[in-house]
Amino acid sequence: MTVLLMALLGGAGAATRFVVDGWFRGRWSTRLPFATIVINTTGSLLLGFLGGALATGAVGPSVLVVAGTGFCGGYTTFSTAMVETVRLAQAGAYRRAVLNAFGSLVVTVAAAALGVALADVLLGR
Amino acid sequence: MSGRPHHTDPRLVAVVAAGGVVGTLARYGLNQVLPHPAGGLPVSTLTENLVGAFLLGVLLESLVRAGAEDRRRRVIRLGVGTGVLGGFTTWSSLAFEVQQLGAGGDVRLAAAYGVGSVVAGFVTCSLGVLLAASLRRPHGTEDDR
Repeated sequence: MTVLLMALLGGAGAATRFVVDGWFRGRWSTRLPFATIVINTTGSLLLGFLGGALATGAVGPSVLVVAGTGFCGGYTTFSTAMVETVRLAQAGAYRRAVLNAFGSLVVTVAAAALGVALADVLLGR
Repeated sequence: MSGRPHHTDPRLVAVVAAGGVVGTLARYGLNQVLPHPAGGLPVSTLTENLVGAFLLGVLLESLVRAGAEDRRRRVIRLGVGTGVLGGFTTWSSLAFEVQQLGAGGDVRLAAAYGVGSVVAGFVTCSLGVLLAASLRRPHGTEDDR
């Protein structure tokens, strides 16, 4: 049951990514693939919060599997971020390629840490 | 076919969701068989992300070289690319694992895992693009021998 729910939420996460990505692209034309950065940052924030919630005992491991492995995993993407980085490099925009890859890493790890801290403050005893 | 944005077409959203279910199940399955030691290198996430980045490079470059996107190619790109491979790889686990390794005191492993993932992901994705480009080289050019 947990695995089924996880798989379905993984599908919902991927669909959410598709819609958010299309929505962003229809509104802003940016020099960095900003839609993917926003998706990966918000997904990392949510997974950090879930991981932090597990650490406080507020939720059980199955919640982390369903919402974390399922939704956050399906919502965020490494492969698209890498293709976008390769495309920037192919276009000769090396600085933006480096900024996209490492900037994404720094921002998403900070978002995950923020999520853990938020769960600790809101749910910790 | 209308000019409606793809992400507002419920059938294409469903194609992405179905692919996401498959990709998420494959990732979960690999998580069960690959090592993921507490405090150690998250081999499972690293493997999934590198394999997925390589395959998406192959897929998208092949589709670009196959010509203008028709309905069938669009369903493949969105179902297999955005859905399966997007769902198979994950950035949130990478970010959370880097944070956990760092918070656990192993800042060197955290940095090596994070930076190594991005650098290796770029390399494997580039290799995928190059492989697809070499297989799909147009015939009759001076590059043919």
